[in-house]
Formats: sequence, structure tokens, C-alpha cells
Amino acid sequence: MLNYLIRRVGYGVLILIGVNLFTFILFFTVNTPDDMARLNIGGKRVTQEQIEKWKSERGYDKPLYWNEKEHGSAKATDTVFWDRSVSLFALNFGRSDAQNAIDIGHEIKTRMGVSLQLAVPLFILQVIASVAFALLLVFFRHSRIDFWGVVLCVLMLSISSLFYIIVGQLMFSRLLHLVPMSGWAGGLSAAKFLMLPIGLCLLSRLGGEARLYRAMFLEEVGKDYVRTARAKGLSEPVVLFRHVLKNALIPIMTSAGSYLPYVFLGSLVFESFFGIPGLGAFVIEAITGQDFAIVRSMVFLGAVLYIASNVVIDLAYTWADPRVRLT
Amino acid sequence: MMMPKFVLLWTDAVLWAMVAALVWYGWRVKINPNLRANWFKVARDPAALCAGIVLALFALVTLLDSVHFRRALLPAVGAPAGTPTFYSTQTESVLDAQLARQIEMRETEHSKPLAFMSLKKESFERDGHQVHDYARLRYGGAHLTDPATQWAGDVRSRVLAGAAGGLLVAALVALSMAFALRRGHGGLFAALRDIAADRTNLPLRAALATTTAICLLVGATIALMGHYHVFGTDQTGNDVLFQSLKSVRTAFVIGTLATVATLPFAVVLGVLAGYFKGWVDEAIQYLYTTLTSVPNVLLIAACVLMVQVFLDKHPEMFETGGERADLKIFLLCVILGLTGWATLCRLVRGETLKLRELDFVQAATAFGVSHARIMTRHIAPNVMHLVLITTVLSFSDLILYEAVLTYVGVGVDPSMNSFGGMINLARSEMSRDPLVWWSFAAAFGFMVTLVLAANLFADGVRDAFDPRARSFRPRLRPAAPF
Repeated sequence: MLNYLIRRVGYGVLILIGVNLFTFILFFTVNTPDDMARLNIGGKRVTQEQIEKWKSERGYDKPLYWNEKEHGSAKATDTVFWDRSVSLFALNFGRSDAQNAIDIGHEIKTRMGVSLQLAVPLFILQVIASVAFALLLVFFRHSRIDFWGVVLCVLMLSISSLFYIIVGQLMFSRLLHLVPMSGWAGGLSAAKFLMLPIGLCLLSRLGGEARLYRAMFLEEVGKDYVRTARAKGLSEPVVLFRHVLKNALIPIMTSAGSYLPYVFLGSLVFESFFGIPGLGAFVIEAITGQDFAIVRSMVFLGAVLYIASNVVIDLAYTWADPRVRLT
Repeated sequence: MMMPKFVLLWTDAVLWAMVAALVWYGWRVKINPNLRANWFKVARDPAALCAGIVLALFALVTLLDSVHFRRALLPAVGAPAGTPTFYSTQTESVLDAQLARQIEMRETEHSKPLAFMSLKKESFERDGHQVHDYARLRYGGAHLTDPATQWAGDVRSRVLAGAAGGLLVAALVALSMAFALRRGHGGLFAALRDIAADRTNLPLRAALATTTAICLLVGATIALMGHYHVFGTDQTGNDVLFQSLKSVRTAFVIGTLATVATLPFAVVLGVLAGYFKGWVDEAIQYLYTTLTSVPNVLLIAACVLMVQVFLDKHPEMFETGGERADLKIFLLCVILGLTGWATLCRLVRGETLKLRELDFVQAATAFGVSHARIMTRHIAPNVMHLVLITTVLSFSDLILYEAVLTYVGVGVDPSMNSFGGMINLARSEMSRDPLVWWSFAAAFGFMVTLVLAANLFADGVRDAFDPRARSFRPRLRPAAPF
């Protein structure tokens, strides 16, 4: 187990190095810092002095990979690569490119809290709702409920989440005045801002998830142990909940686990539509403001979370199924 | 009429190349009994067949919108012979030329579907007096002399005439179906009866029902759209129906091109990894694990931002604004392809790992067939069903994804019509008073139809081609025991 963890973390670091190199080449070699400066300053006529000033303010005027002017280890450390890329491994994100030069690390810390308030209840409710709906369909298999339930699922997964949001805001906020359209407040009063986005996000994902789970359950229902359970006189709900659900846990965890990084990263679309100041909204602001430092930091953070959640899912497998051994 | 200058945009070239590839694939299906049997299975599925008809209609719109040209300008009066012809700076497509009337019918601002009056009160002069009232639209219902009394009757008669024309076409389709089946079913009328009773080999009754529904809708729309805005107009007065039709091409381009762009990487690397195993496999696995570990939207956003910087730096790569937008969507598809090949690559690798141990590959190795030849002749054809299934499955996902990416600001160019752009605009319009719902509703209707059809078709293809996918289609009756 310990061996396994060490190996996984080692491979994770290797992947992070790859991600890091890739983003650095993309952001600094494919396009030079001069291009970034020109884009950020904007306007038709940008003088070389303005560019130099912009670069020196942000520390992009150093050599990219290797500083010949310095001595000793400073040859490697006094470069853009060291400052901006290697330092990410210490989760030192530096400052943003924009004029106000906010501290990205601090911003991420405060915003992740907000994102979690939206995403944690959403994640739990989503798993419960999808599993419950899928079990309902499986219980009524070969009946009209199953047939129309699947039709409903296919219809729901064919609708873009943007439609759910716009119609939901229109109905619940503008026409019925039940919840505020968008906005944010800390503490307990956040609940009234969170209800609508959670409900709508749940709805937009339900179709695809429930259909997937239904197929998993039906695969299990056809197996021999289910027949044995029925033969010994167990009722259908007991068979479904005690036997089928437990055995389908592993595929369910794989599917639900793919949402795990986004629990921390937040949802781009939902946060920006509802004015929730989480990490998703942060990314959108960075993209519209063309703040590459923030985009780079978020790419790295996303990769870290992805690797971490994969390890967590693997550990969860051993809990769900004792036959799984991590070696 | 002078010859226009044809323009081959990047996406046009790829789309037509794909049509050529489809024709070639159709020929392969014709000569290969296995493929033919599988596609026959797809056609036996009523939902997939109907969805295929709807998709074909959308594909037709896309292809009409993919022949671009620039009109020749009339030479100046008295210009000496031999002066080179100048061409308009505007790139048009055949669809634009077909819908010239809809482009020309441009109002000044919002108007409701089928409206003849403006949405808001305006100040204008009537009978010599300055009044503040709803104004007549410039084009919508402009042919009516007394709209208040004539409007309902005019709309009704047009809808009925269009529907009648649609029914006629549908009847012709039914007759030609029966004509084709007359041999096996004992005469034309017996064939018609069998179609109506759903006793045909293919689910022709469902196909005919879909065709009839399409004919009725299209007929009524064509009858109305010369004199009304069927889906209203947007804030600058453009016809929403026209915008929706143009958006279909954008969705199709993203849905097809982005998957095709994944294929070279996914198939080549997947087969290499599975065939050679060892360090090649390790390296390729590392490559795609690295790519998947970055959340997709972030990766795409990072790449698109870099492409934007690149395009700003190289304005010489395009002549008109349309070409720039086209290059942008082309590069977006390339980015989607470069970042999205991991899933298929993993599947192909797994399949190749299994295939390389099978007897026919072992035999080929024993005969001294080269690695390259084994991979191209014996392995690649046997992973093609995975490619097909993944391509059709990801088509609908990509159309949905386009809307999100455009909303985030890393999608298609704002000057290009797209469902994402329409939704984005609709978002601000929904907060207006009076509520402007029609461009949202049009985008919703078109997009759901397209995505639903793509999903149903993909399900049919997967059930027919994937030997492992156990079909869990809901049935009202339990399947017959065998």
C-alpha cells in the first residue's frame, strides 16, 4: 500500500513536470513575452519602451531558460522558467499580469472556499439523485416507466446546460421571484444564492448520469448472484439496494470520481452566470482579461487536483471492494 | 452574369474531403458483407433511421453553406477592355444566395415571430401628424394593405399552402418507397399497405412519418419566410431563422472536424503503443496521461489564447474578415483534436493489446511480415469500429461543448453565427422588457433537434458495431427468450 502510494505520487510528479513544460513552451516560446506585452497593453502603436517597462515590472525581462550573466546556481535560478514555472511546485503562484497584480495564491485560497460551498453539496446530491433515479428505472424495467424514463434521460442530456440556466433564472428569479437572480453573500445567507445553481446543475447532469448508472445496474442484475438472492426469497428492493447497489459501487465511483477535480476547481459556466466569486469565475475573468499568469496557475492547479483525485479514487476502490489490492 | 470567384475556405476543404471519404466508405460498405450487415442493423433501428434522416437534412444545409464565392463587381463605365475584374470583399455561400431575400429583409430592431408591427412604440409621421405608436415593419407583412384584418387569414392560407406542398412531397416519397418494394411485396398497393402496417424489413413507416413531419414544417416555413420573419428578428433586425441555419454549419464543422482531428494521433499512437508495448507504450501512456490531467476547458482556453496572439501577429494569413473567422474555427477544431485524442487512444491501445496475441497476427509474424505491414493490414482495420463509434458518440458532445466554449470566450469568432453566440445574445435579451424569447427559442429548437438526432443515431451505431456493448434499450415487452 505504502509502496503503491509512493509510486503513484512519483508518477504524479513526473506528469506535473510534463504539464509544466508544456504550458511554459506554449506561453513563452510559441509566443514571446513581447507578444504578451503588446496584447496586454493593447492599442495599435505600442512602443518598445512600453513593452520593456511592462516586462520588467512583471519579471519577464530575464532570459527564459539560462542566464549567462549570472554565476553559479543563479544561472538557472535567475530565469523566467525558474521564477514562473519551477516555483509552481512549491504552490507559489506569483502575481497576475494585470495592472493591479493580485497575489494569485491568496486569491485561489479565498475563492476555492466559495467554489467548495457550491460544489460539495452539488457533488453529494448529484450522486444520490442519479443513483436513485437509475434504481427506480431498474426496478420498473420492461415497463412504461422505464421506457419513458430513458426517453426523458436522452432528451435531458441533449439539452445544453446553458439552456437550463437561462430558463431556470427566468422562471425562478424573474417570474416567480423565489430566489435572487445572481450574487453572493458569505455565511449562511449564501444558501439562497446557491439553491438555484445547485438545482439546475443537478438537472443538467441527471440525464447522462442516470442513463449510465442504469446500464451498470442492468449489467449487474443479469448476474448469477442476483438470481441466487431472489431464489432465497429476498424482495426486489432488498436485492437492488443490498446486492446490486453494492456491487455496482466501483463503476459508480469511477464515474463520479471524474467530477472530483471540479469540486475544487468550481464550474466555469455556473459560477459566472450566477455571479458566484469562485475559481470558475476567476478563470473566466482571466480569459476575458487575457491574464496568462492566472491561466497558467490554474492549469497547474487543475493537474495537481486531477492526480490527487485519481489516488483518492484508487484508495476508495479498496474500501468498496476488499478484493482490490493496491500493489 | 460574370463568373464569381470561388473561394475555398479551410473548413470547406476539410468538409468536402470528408464527403469524399464518406463516399469511399459507402463503397467499402457495399463490397464488405460484414460492414453491410452492421449498417443494416443500424437502419433496422427506427430511432436511428429517423435520426439519420434529420441529420442528413442538417448535413445538406451545411454543405450548401460550404460552397463559398466572391461576386464579380461590374466594371466601371468606359473602362478599357482587358481591365482585370474586381471581386466583392464579401464571401458568400450558396446558402446565402438561396436566402438572399432573408438577408435583404432586415428590420431596424427586434420584432416578434410573424409580426407586422414593431415591438416598441416609435415616433413617426402619419397623415401629417407626429405620432408615437407601433410602426409597420419594413418587410415583415409589408404586402398587407390592412394588416389588422388580413394578417390572420394571410398567415393561415400560407401555412396551409406550404403544408399542402409538403404533403405532396411526402406522398411522392411514400410512392417511391412502395415502387421500390413492389417486387417483394406483390404489387404497388400491397407494398403501400405493408408500409402503413409496418410489415417491412426496414422501419419504413417511422421513416415516412419523420419525412412527412419534416416536409410539413419545411413547406410551411418556405411559404411564410418570403413575407414574414418566421422566428422574428434580433436586436439589429436580422432574421433569426437565417442565423439559425447558418449556425448549423458551425455546429457541424465543430462536431465533425474536431473528431477527425483526433484520429491521426489516437489511431497511430494507440496502435503503436499496443503493438510494441515496452518503452513505446510507456512513453505514449505518459503523453496522454499528461494531457488528460489538465482540465479540458483550461487546456483549450490556454491554447486558444495563444492562437489569438498568433493570429494578431500574422494578419497576412487571411484576406477578408470571413476568412479570419474561418481560420479561427479551423484552428479551434485542431486544438480540440490535439487535446482530445486521449480517450480514443486508450481504447485503441487496449484493443491492439488483445489483437496482437491473436492467431492471425501471430501467423503473419511467423511468415516474416514486417511490423508496419502487420499494423496497417491486420490491426488497423480491426480497430476501425472503435473509431466509428467514438466519432459518432463525440459529435453531439462537441456541439454542446461549442456553446460552452463560446460562452467562456474561447469558442468561435463573434462575427460567425453559432448556437453559442445566439445563446449568449439571448441571455442579455431575456432580461429585457418586453421579454425577447424567440432567438433563444430558435437556438434551443435547432440545437436540441440536432443533438438529439446525433445522440439517437450514435446509440444505434454503437449497438450495431460494438460487440461488447450489451444493449440495454428499454423495451415495453421483455425480449423474446432465445
